[in-house]
Amino acid sequence: MTAKLALYFSYPFVRYALIVGVLIALCSSLLGVTLVLKRFSFIGDGLSHVAFGAMAIASVLNLTDSMVLVLPFTVVAAVLLLRVGQNAKIKGDAVIAMVSVGALAIGYLLMNIFSTSANISGDVCSTLFGSTSILTLSLFEVRLCVALSVVVVLVFVVFYNKIFAVTFDESFAMAVGTPVNRYNLMIAVIIAVIIVLAMNLVGSLLISALVIFPALSAMRVFKSFLSVTVCSAVLSVVCSVAGLLVSILAGTPVGSTIVAADILAFFLFAAAGKAAGRQ
Amino acid sequence: MAELTCRDLVLGYDGEVLVKDLSFQVNKGDYLCIVGSNGSGKSTLMRTILHLQAPMSGTVEYGDGLRPNEIGYLPQQTLVQRDFPASVREIVLSGCQARCGLRPFYNREEKQLAEESMERLGISSFADRCYRELSGGQQQRVLLARALCATRRLLLLDEPVTGLDPKVTAEMYQLIRKLNREGISVIMISHDVHAAAKYASHILHIGRDMFFGPVELYRQSKAGKRYLNLEAEDDADREAGIPEAGDLADREAGIPEAGDLAGAEAEETGPADGTGEGGEKRP
Repeated sequence: MTAKLALYFSYPFVRYALIVGVLIALCSSLLGVTLVLKRFSFIGDGLSHVAFGAMAIASVLNLTDSMVLVLPFTVVAAVLLLRVGQNAKIKGDAVIAMVSVGALAIGYLLMNIFSTSANISGDVCSTLFGSTSILTLSLFEVRLCVALSVVVVLVFVVFYNKIFAVTFDESFAMAVGTPVNRYNLMIAVIIAVIIVLAMNLVGSLLISALVIFPALSAMRVFKSFLSVTVCSAVLSVVCSVAGLLVSILAGTPVGSTIVAADILAFFLFAAAGKAAGRQ
Repeated sequence: MAELTCRDLVLGYDGEVLVKDLSFQVNKGDYLCIVGSNGSGKSTLMRTILHLQAPMSGTVEYGDGLRPNEIGYLPQQTLVQRDFPASVREIVLSGCQARCGLRPFYNREEKQLAEESMERLGISSFADRCYRELSGGQQQRVLLARALCATRRLLLLDEPVTGLDPKVTAEMYQLIRKLNREGISVIMISHDVHAAAKYASHILHIGRDMFFGPVELYRQSKAGKRYLNLEAEDDADREAGIPEAGDLADREAGIPEAGDLAGAEAEETGPADGTGEGGEKRP
């Protein structure tokens, strides 16, 4: 088995996949805690579907680098969803559901009508579930991913205390003059960036899992915000490396294998949390 | 000069006026209770004082060198907070966020301040415990410690005893009074008129009958009499097991009679205060 792995790792694209996988897992888990606690879990889901729609448009337009279109599209959607969620005639979750299914439907429709490839369902499936696209990354994409990840991690570290303050208690933060809306906006933009990054790894349907599972697992066991955040980052990286390796060795789809690893970890942590609570 | 002066405030939202001609001030060391029925505009007033909402007309001014972000606010607890995975220390420290400004991390001075606040409220022993595992009263103390990190002068408390059992409620009131005696001005929104009349130095009653002034005058005022009596009667009825509908009718009929009850109630607060002192000395 090690020989087989060594052989695989002699190929640059496998190494790229691993690097990108680790970075994405790290970034996506960081904000997971905030999203879960702010009851924003579904924003991730909605945005990923918007990203899918944007991806469809990009492929219809025959753009070689879809990221150029998908990234701004998703960021704008994130900002809009957050704004609408705040002063709502239609409630926040309903808007997200609307946007999310709408983007999915329109995306698929566009891909079907203006199809340029012979294998539409294959294309759709790989955008939705990630399939093998992580193994076909170009050097440019890897660099872009590294750069964006560094930015995300830096922003998160620098604003860690503010993010905590805004997550725990918006009213208090507002009262003492913290620009809460600006930080919420920042959180939304970072999430959009992470989602676009993560599409390569697990595909747009499974991104939410990458964002939410590590945070939920960590929250079962750990008791301070810092330890929950660190644990969810570590857990996410471990799960995605494990998932990647298994998928390479066993030939299973990358995205779903990683998510399966996350789910497994969740149940382990939930059990551990129960056991600790009983003592 | 007063720490907080509100002049001719008109409050409301979406063009609908809730409160008119509201003027009051808070001087250093005051303990002001804002009472009034649901929907009378208490929360709107609080948001206005915090500059989270603009008044429809009138002014809110801080004086005596108090800056708007130097108010220690204790909001009502949200659902999110009940199961929040954060340690007590992390939460108290977040009270320093205004001092911290754009600087990414808290400095030693701010960490020291957080420790002192926890010491002051007697929660140092569970600084590393998880917030969601604490009892309701302990959680309120944590949030109060956080508010203390944000201010040295003025605390603004939004129904701080909601959902607490009577014993813990009494402790909470003692604690607030202790802080007030240490020189921090307190503005508190409250449902509980009796506790307000017992602990506060000033009362602001908003709603049908407006009142602002020292608590002694409130007891004799129209608003004060009506309110204190209603509640006393309510309590009496509840104890006697009289159903709600009858309750209402009684109230309409028996207003003058209830006036005497209010007097008794006011006298009663004396000895009750005394026992309160005893509670305060407990560690």
